[in-house]
Amino acid sequence: MTGVLRSEWTKIRSVRSTVWTLLVAVVLMVGFGLLIAASTANLGERSALTDSTMISLSGSAFASLAMATLGVLAVGGEYRTGMIRTTLLAVPGRLRMLAAKTAVVAAVAFSVSLAASFASFFAGQAVLGDKAARLGDPGVLRAVVGAALLITATGVFGLALGALIRHIPGAIVAVIGLVFVLPQMTNLLPGEWGDTLQRYFTTNAGNQITYTRVAEGQLAPWTGFAVYCAWIAVTLAAAAVLLRRRDA
Amino acid sequence: MIDARELTKRYGSTVAVDGLSFEVRGGHVTGFLGPNGAGKSTTMRMMLGLDHPTEGSVLIDGTPYGQLKHPLRKVGALLDAKAVHGGRTARDHLLCLAQSNGIPASRVTEVLAVTGLTEVARRRVGGFSLGMSQRLGIAAALLGDPEILLFDEPVNGLDPEGILWIRTLMRNLAAEGRTVFVSSHLMSEMAQTADHLIVIGKGRLIADTSTAEFISRSSQGYVRVRSPRLPDLARLLDGATGDGTAGGRAGDGTAGDRAAGVTLHGDHLRVTGMTAAAVGEAAAGAGLALHELAEVAPSLEAAYMELTRESTEYAGAGEGAERGRTREDGEYEDGEYMEVTS
Repeated sequence: MTGVLRSEWTKIRSVRSTVWTLLVAVVLMVGFGLLIAASTANLGERSALTDSTMISLSGSAFASLAMATLGVLAVGGEYRTGMIRTTLLAVPGRLRMLAAKTAVVAAVAFSVSLAASFASFFAGQAVLGDKAARLGDPGVLRAVVGAALLITATGVFGLALGALIRHIPGAIVAVIGLVFVLPQMTNLLPGEWGDTLQRYFTTNAGNQITYTRVAEGQLAPWTGFAVYCAWIAVTLAAAAVLLRRRDA
Repeated sequence: MIDARELTKRYGSTVAVDGLSFEVRGGHVTGFLGPNGAGKSTTMRMMLGLDHPTEGSVLIDGTPYGQLKHPLRKVGALLDAKAVHGGRTARDHLLCLAQSNGIPASRVTEVLAVTGLTEVARRRVGGFSLGMSQRLGIAAALLGDPEILLFDEPVNGLDPEGILWIRTLMRNLAAEGRTVFVSSHLMSEMAQTADHLIVIGKGRLIADTSTAEFISRSSQGYVRVRSPRLPDLARLLDGATGDGTAGGRAGDGTAGDRAAGVTLHGDHLRVTGMTAAAVGEAAAGAGLALHELAEVAPSLEAAYMELTRESTEYAGAGEGAERGRTREDGEYEDGEYMEVTS
């Protein structure tokens, strides 16, 4: 297994798209955090500032999309180029290959997004001046690390969808739909079941970990993140079953 | 040794490979031959665990490919030279394959040198020519120093220099005692590399025999003769081949059950069942002048065409079948092989 992990690490570090998607993720994360923090600071007393940690982590959603792209490319790139057949000749244990790829993408995504998350927190708080939160305040550290976890999980979601759909544009559309568009649309659903679906739907649940306080009517931070991980686990399991069954 | 048993692959109602059984042994080059669409690539993908057989199995020294611990150290394969990530350098491509099979990085340097890619090792493979990609694919196949090598249409699209290089390489690998299995739809290519042939058509086994036996068994040479008095000569030879006084067969007497005969082809006759000497004697005896008298050896390409004509996808489809015959005539005309590229 270590050999397969090293192989996947070599693969991910040796293509330019990795550097670009990671760079875009960091720029979106820190840039958005700074932008929102600066405009909040400009509003001064008029701003209805509630959660200054959340403000500095505003870029999480966009950074998540960039990281999901990394995940999609890690596996979709192999299908686009035909490299997948060469890969499976070297590692015929398909689940082993998928597990190694997932582990490497998750490790890369987490280390970069953790750094980006802390950077945007400190940069944002510096801009917010006297309204700044501190790392020791209740829920703040959990939110900052949580943002990195959310971004990492979305990266793995991208990988799972890439393995399932085996087509880069299709997988990216699926990612945007599942983590960006559909979660917003669930707000429009009527009735009790609509509220429940809204609460449990992918990033509606997952985002809770980036807030210092529990929003009204939403899941608790870790519960929400666990629900988001369940969505990803189901997608990954479906991808694994099909990967084993389909011809490469 | 590769052992394929009752290998079958169906896609819906289409049968790509149909109950194929064969063995591939070490120490020589085994050609895997068949027209386009005969099921060669599907068979090779099943041998390598990429496609799942509908029925049957393939064992590599008694083990299915998917259960080999470090498959690259046992089997090296080149299926599609362009099946690489274009954004990766040649060295990194080989390195990631080596790492997955516990092969030291120094071996990457070695195979790059063997395939003449050392100079371009740090270049991205997306910019490689077909010939360079083919070399990279072969470098990947050689990475684990495997006993068994599989090549799918390795010379397709290569220049003569590249073809010669691959031919020599395959011969050398077999001479080292390795099992070399190479597919092609070009009979002429196989004639120059393979010692043994496995011929398939429409997914079924047509022949499993040595190359020499394959030619002699399935084709026959003839004598080409031209004369200003062609009709008289035809009548004379017709009699000679008919009454058994022909005095020996054309070729080397292995034509077997072929009927002897004389046929008119434009400005010349084709005589089977007689040697050139016998034709000359007969003509001289009758006082007929000859303008040309030549023995045409049996061609492997013709033998192959004959065998696979029944099984090509377009067989009997009028124009296609007609074209097949014309092409074959062309080869007889030249008295040697003609590259059939498609």
